Amino acid sequence: MGMTMAEKILAKKAGLASVVPGQIVTVEPDFAMSHDNAGLVIKQFKQFGLPKVWAKDKIVIPLDHRTPAESVESANIHKEIREFVKAQDITHFYDIIEGICHQVMVEKGHARPGELVVGTDSHTTTYGAVGCLSTGIGATEMAAIWATGKIWLRVPETLKITVTGSLPKGVYAKDLILHIIGKLTVEGANYKSVEFYGDTIERMSVSERMTLSNLSMEMGAKCALVPFDKISEEYFGANGLAYDRSKAVYSDADAKYEQTLEIDASKLEPQVACPHNVDNVKNISAMPETIVNQALLGSCTNGRLDDIAIAARILKGKKVCRDVRLLVFPASRTVLLQAIEKGYITDLVTAGAVVMNPGCGPCLGAHAGLLADGEKVISSSNRNFKGRMGSATAGVYLGSPAMVAASAITGKITDPREFV
Amino acid sequence: MENIIKGRVLKFGDNVDTDIIYPGGYLKERDPKKMAEYAFEGFEKGFSKKIQPGDIIVAGKNFGCGSSREQAATCLKALGVAAIVAKSFSRIYFRNAINQGIAIITSAEEIEKIENHETVEIDFEAGKVKAKSGVYGFPPLPEHMLSILKDGGLIEHIKKELSAGK
Ligand code: SF4
Repeated sequence: MGMTMAEKILAKKAGLASVVPGQIVTVEPDFAMSHDNAGLVIKQFKQFGLPKVWAKDKIVIPLDHRTPAESVESANIHKEIREFVKAQDITHFYDIIEGICHQVMVEKGHARPGELVVGTDSHTTTYGAVGCLSTGIGATEMAAIWATGKIWLRVPETLKITVTGSLPKGVYAKDLILHIIGKLTVEGANYKSVEFYGDTIERMSVSERMTLSNLSMEMGAKCALVPFDKISEEYFGANGLAYDRSKAVYSDADAKYEQTLEIDASKLEPQVACPHNVDNVKNISAMPETIVNQALLGSCTNGRLDDIAIAARILKGKKVCRDVRLLVFPASRTVLLQAIEKGYITDLVTAGAVVMNPGCGPCLGAHAGLLADGEKVISSSNRNFKGRMGSATAGVYLGSPAMVAASAITGKITDPREFV
Repeated sequence: MENIIKGRVLKFGDNVDTDIIYPGGYLKERDPKKMAEYAFEGFEKGFSKKIQPGDIIVAGKNFGCGSSREQAATCLKALGVAAIVAKSFSRIYFRNAINQGIAIITSAEEIEKIENHETVEIDFEAGKVKAKSGVYGFPPLPEHMLSILKDGGLIEHIKKELSAGK
């Protein structure tokens, strides 16, 4: 019987001819990523009393969550990580200058087609955008990998999503995936591998596909894969990233899908995920008037060059509403440099944006830019849980970068179609 | 891990996310005793004081959805939570709880009938939760996960494997 992409990758990693959903396999990841929580991984790893990690060139550590350190505790954790990296001679360490872990993983070529990556972060699913099976795990489990190089994984069932038609003007990959999560619910893809197909996906850039794979986590997906194609090839080529083309996997024609879903992209309108669950999704036309105090452009979901470009185009020559704080945190140093070069940063700052350093910023409520009691934010990030971005009485609304920019101008959640 | 445990129920609903169990602002904490103080801080300020050793959490669908933060399991372990019974778990939370040595029970039966603060009995071998409103079945965990739980969590489990030269 035919296999899906996830089944093929796991079978190959396990050294088996075939696997079936539900089967548990023991595998060695190609890369193992930890961010600031490497501090916790180190603490657990030390309990094993081993002198060396399993493979110093397979561990990747980008610092991004609380950077630069916002407290002495975080500063001490960062320091301890740097010392560990030196002592163990870890090859791939990215200090606070580089940006958000998921962006860095793809930019630096650690996410490659047909390979397996685990990370101590739930949005590790992002690398599915380049045909890589990637998934999130906890810190203790990562310590066990650092010690043994091995992890058990359950072979997931697969959900096939086919998207056809052109996205209307002012409607983006973000709206598409929010719409899908609204349909399937926050546990609609729990334990499953998602595969994306259709002409809409085939036309998308790697950046847009990353938005899809990133947010698929919010419906519980274990991984979310887009087949490696010409567009991905061009991305790897343009960025000078090494990879093995022959490793890319494709589902067989007779692969077994547990569920299929078809979406007509041409019918979509801009989407908003309202507090406090990501599946609480509304069409912009169904939104009541919602005043916002903050607008947030960035995160591993939508902090890339195309996202900043859309916002800059909307804000160029306009002013951010005086009652709104527009925060921009680019996904990486590379993104920031390109945005500076293209003049986007000038446009944004002129309009009244506050540009922060590449990193997670206030996304997880642990760093600069938190919300006060009762405040509301329109954010291009991926989570709107209660208390996620500061006060437990604040409300987080998720939308596209265009919606964030339009809302920053008007001071309320706004349909970006009037601005593009 | 005992085969039969008895404990007081703490009841929760669907989609209890990791920001509710362990808000992001406390992630710099690495001492489990400290983490324990912040358990369910996103649900109710100071809620951790209401948790007693041996308590059993009973929840709805998708318990532990959201972040991979292990602190959301470690804090409950440090408070002595004996087991979590839910209709379903998010996948990373499921792994984290087992790796921390917390018994995880997934039951598709009508566990929502179980009441807050009642005492229930869990029989792991028989796969049953005995409550006032009835007896609810659950499938046993795979052998591999049970062996991690029996060793008290992944750290001890790996230590055992390492010393056995596996
Ligand atoms: S940007 Fe937000 S969602 Fe992405 S890795 Fe950072 S904290 Fe997590």
